[in-house]
Amino acid sequence: MTVTSAGMPATGTAPSATGSAPAMPVSFQRRVIRTGLLGAVIALYLCMVGIVPIFNARPLVQGVISLGQAALFLSLFATGFVATRRVAESSSRLIADGAIAGGLSGVALSALVLVGSMVDVRAFMPNASPVLYGILTFNLGTVGFWIPMALGAVLGGLAGAVGLASPRLRRSLFVGLISLFALGLFAGLIRTPMLALPVDELARLLFASDGLTLIGAVVVLVLSVGLHHLQRTRRLDRQFAALPPSQRRRIQIPLIALAAVFVLVLPQGLGSFFAQVIAIVALYVMMGLGLNITLGLAGLLDLGFVAFFAVGAYTVGLLTSTAEFGIAQWPFWAAVPVAVIVAMVFGAFLGLPILSIRGDYLAIATMGFGEIIRILAGSDLMKPLLGGPRGIINIPKPIEVPPDSLLAGPNQIYYIALIGAALIAFVAWRLRASRLGRAWIAIREDEDVAEAIGINLIQTKILAYMLGAAFAGLGGAVFAALVGSIFASSIQLMVSINVASLIIVGGMGSIPGVIVGAIFLIGLPELFREFSEYRFLFYGIALIAMMQLRPEGLLPSRIVRREFQHGGGDEPPESSTSPLAL
Amino acid sequence: MPLLTATAVTKKFGGLTAVNNLDFEIEQGSIASLIGPNGAGKTTFFNCIAGFYQIEAGQIVFDGQPIQRLRRDQIAHLGISRTYQNIRLFANMTAMENILVGQHYHLRSSWIGAVLGTKSVREDEGRAHREARRLLRFVGLQNKGDLLASNLPYGDQRRLEVARALANKPRLLLLDEPTAGMNPAESQQMTEFIRHLRDELGTTILLIEHEMRVVMGISEKITVLHYGQKIAEGTPIQIQTDPLVIEAYLGRGSAGTAGHEATAIPALEATQGGASAGSTPASA
Amino acid sequence: MKASLIERLTEGAIATFLWLLRVAVVLVVVVGSALTIMSGRYSLEVYVGLVVSGLTLGSIYALIALGYTMVYGILRMINFAHGEIFMAGAFAGYFVVTASDKLGFLNQGPVTAMITIVVAILVAVAVATPIALLVEKIAYRPLRNAPRLVPLISAIGASFVLQYTFRGFFGPGIYSYPTVDFLDQTLPISGVIVRYVDVIVVISAFVMMTGLYLFVMRTKLGTAIRAVSEDKDTAALMGIDVNRAIVTTFGLGAAMAGAAGVLYALLFRQVFFLTGFVPGIKAFTAAVLGGIGNIPGAMLGGLFLGQVESIGPTLFLDGFNVPSPNQLKDVIAFTMLVLVLVFRPSGILGERIARSRA
Repeated sequence: MTVTSAGMPATGTAPSATGSAPAMPVSFQRRVIRTGLLGAVIALYLCMVGIVPIFNARPLVQGVISLGQAALFLSLFATGFVATRRVAESSSRLIADGAIAGGLSGVALSALVLVGSMVDVRAFMPNASPVLYGILTFNLGTVGFWIPMALGAVLGGLAGAVGLASPRLRRSLFVGLISLFALGLFAGLIRTPMLALPVDELARLLFASDGLTLIGAVVVLVLSVGLHHLQRTRRLDRQFAALPPSQRRRIQIPLIALAAVFVLVLPQGLGSFFAQVIAIVALYVMMGLGLNITLGLAGLLDLGFVAFFAVGAYTVGLLTSTAEFGIAQWPFWAAVPVAVIVAMVFGAFLGLPILSIRGDYLAIATMGFGEIIRILAGSDLMKPLLGGPRGIINIPKPIEVPPDSLLAGPNQIYYIALIGAALIAFVAWRLRASRLGRAWIAIREDEDVAEAIGINLIQTKILAYMLGAAFAGLGGAVFAALVGSIFASSIQLMVSINVASLIIVGGMGSIPGVIVGAIFLIGLPELFREFSEYRFLFYGIALIAMMQLRPEGLLPSRIVRREFQHGGGDEPPESSTSPLAL
Repeated sequence: MPLLTATAVTKKFGGLTAVNNLDFEIEQGSIASLIGPNGAGKTTFFNCIAGFYQIEAGQIVFDGQPIQRLRRDQIAHLGISRTYQNIRLFANMTAMENILVGQHYHLRSSWIGAVLGTKSVREDEGRAHREARRLLRFVGLQNKGDLLASNLPYGDQRRLEVARALANKPRLLLLDEPTAGMNPAESQQMTEFIRHLRDELGTTILLIEHEMRVVMGISEKITVLHYGQKIAEGTPIQIQTDPLVIEAYLGRGSAGTAGHEATAIPALEATQGGASAGSTPASA
Repeated sequence: MKASLIERLTEGAIATFLWLLRVAVVLVVVVGSALTIMSGRYSLEVYVGLVVSGLTLGSIYALIALGYTMVYGILRMINFAHGEIFMAGAFAGYFVVTASDKLGFLNQGPVTAMITIVVAILVAVAVATPIALLVEKIAYRPLRNAPRLVPLISAIGASFVLQYTFRGFFGPGIYSYPTVDFLDQTLPISGVIVRYVDVIVVISAFVMMTGLYLFVMRTKLGTAIRAVSEDKDTAALMGIDVNRAIVTTFGLGAAMAGAAGVLYALLFRQVFFLTGFVPGIKAFTAAVLGGIGNIPGAMLGGLFLGQVESIGPTLFLDGFNVPSPNQLKDVIAFTMLVLVLVFRPSGILGERIARSRA
């Protein structure tokens, strides 16, 4: 089964590049086997890294399929799909190719089951456990070792068959599966508020406590495929875009109002766990918007965000705590401005020396600051001041309310973070269109030219850095109030990485991008304990994939997206052709 | 009194002396050109003036003030603007924004004012936008202000870069190969435009140019560099007849060893007619 | 000149601040050292002991730093995932040493212990190198011509993927290296305590560094690497296989890091999935300290950082009566990183590349 390394790339890529080239049986076979082997590696990885066994605990469709199984099936299916993609072949051949590739991946899993039954490696590979083998063999044990093989062949063949379907059908199918997946994941989140409303019966019908019910799955599948079909035939988005601006606004305003109302009532009736989660998401949205000024506008990759977060949190802790280390017992609202200003001053002092350093070095230097502050916060040196590992406790809530009030618990933090986010977004928006904002973008685009145009680099960068620091301080202050205490262990590099990643994944310089990034990167791991162990694995994969597929982010800012749409620039610019038409 | 005086400027890269002991002057309100074969040190000299390079020896005085130790932004503040051989616009900004950012130094609004949207900031921004629209019109891009710089056609990008440089209200404008990559009609247009700039705004202009038709057509003074040294200086007529220049371009005895030199010959010859043809619009 | 008073004042303030910073650092170092020495709290033996452990630690940093510096030299990118390659080496070494221990081979005597260590290093190299090449192929190669921050972000992503892959595979627990009796014995020198582990770590590190240096300076492939570091395009024109040179560089760096992982684990006797992070950043500091892109510089930087980290807390901070100064050894290392970047971005031996302009 070895392939000569010299001939491999050429023959392997030729068919996919030409598409309908005359049949080359040998290279097809190679391509199928290569994909199958790659699929085997990926399937084994999914099992051994723990995604299959650990995610098995969460059902996607109650009693039918778990998340872990879904991941496994998906990898086998994808193997078959990739092996037969863009190959013009007879239908039986496509199915056979898919089955071979998928089956090959399955063989590796079967081998895993067999080896696993003979050697116990659980001492150092905790995931190579009977639980995993049970999932792979549908609880048949070693006797069922053939099951993964068969499963791989079936799923791979199915994938080959899907390749035969019309693109339209295929797309509908994918939309259906994705909706199923998404709703299965968020079932709990949707179900909880529904139970509190008069639609509780419907909620019980569609959603289990985790995942969808079988009926729910069918309903979701039918609805999503139907809606997708409707959208494709009616072209609602194009109809909308074709409307004159005044009418478009007439549709947009109620939609925006609806979204605003939704955001405002979101935490009500969700229960304390979900309220806590969305408060954290809102907090990260706020901090993301703050760092977005530094990173998105001025292009400074600051990995030391946590330093200013810590400054803000400890300032609020010291000023408001009624316990041991508190020095003033101020109300939260008096302490916040001080925290922001102190963080800003720190930003100036730390930023001044390093801002002449080139971009990638700056990232490492700021990370160094983050680590310095983290170590200092937990050290014996600062212990008499900051409490060391024991931290500062008894930080009062910003608003004292009875426990059944609308603003109780994390809810008030959610609203405070929303206000903070709105404030930061406003500042960013105003600055974006100002002399300073343009100078930031110019520096991001080309530092040398920006300076030659008359922009003082250090002064312009330091402002971006200080504003980022100020908003990080605000984030820390709100965090301290959310938790009610601040410990050295809360000051982690992770905070910096979270904030930077959510901006990069969401889309640099874009406010919706930050929100989407926070929901995906912060909300999901907070929502699912299983995820939280794998949070950084997914971050890592997301960052790598993002840099290659969409370096501008999921929802890039208007201006960046515009560039990607106009792309080659070979189309005549709109404004030069349209004046006559209008 | 000359607007810019360079005295004995030397710039080395390792063992290579890119600009060697160069003396250079440009008179207020004039158009001068730097020419010379590739690698003669023309762009290096530009970079020395604009503060991109620190010079090893010599002095550059602009309007009575030595500038060789200043940062790029300080030099820009004094009134020196430049364009680049390979266009360096801010690709993700619109044409309008490129010009607005070019006015950076002349706007005075503080960031706090910008956040609060104070009256003075709004007025400042209004002035800036009016000025930017005027400049767009001036370079013939009136309808293209909202396009991203990277989506403009090549010639428009060159003109936008000039407009961005002009936004700084320069007294000395350094143009690095303004007609590179243009067809004859376009470069004729650019030539007119440069002359128009000087006549209209009184800007002193120094350009690097390979296209001899352009150089001979608009320059009042031409300086020829070769291996970082000045080998000739004078009016277009003087330069065309200078034996050292002809030798530098043609090579001693051999008919051009490198491809570039071979192509330079017809360009130099073409200027014989081009110089007189080019000068007609100026007198008109 | 129109420059406003505020701008000029800011400029003055910045310059003053930078000077004050220098003065403050020098003051802390000088006064702290003087106070510590005058207090007479520590005998000469203590200091010698610190120097020895600094040398051991420093030679490990130097080994890791080589990978950063070579990759930076050839691709101008910070290979943020390099610390994880080091961690992978430490893990691989763990399995070899443990297996040897289980088989009762490890503690038969110095010879079996040495054989085990050599095998562990070889296995670590064999594991670390393909991982690094895979990372290069998946996360870096497609981004070779992208703006600088793009490969850095991808590298941070690769670092997470590796950390949490190891966490997924081997669990979050800390694995303890088995005791190697021979390593804990001390050299028969009176007055100073030098353990065999120190000697072995330092000697192995120096052997490998010399080997690498000779490879880069003397072999054809090494020359190709140097040529590509100088100028990729010209090297390609001269018929050098640029890709091969880059891949070899990654491989060499990874081999050094893998070996360093084993040495580090022999010294600290434990490994877990985050083992690579802090030594990675410190080795990067060492590379910057020595002048990034410069191979002897990385070695020198590593040794220097080892000394500062080992002696620094005691010498600089103890005199000020700072409680538990050893908690702050990482602070000293990171402060040094920032100071070097700010005041001497060229490092001890390197050229000026960290600053945006010359």
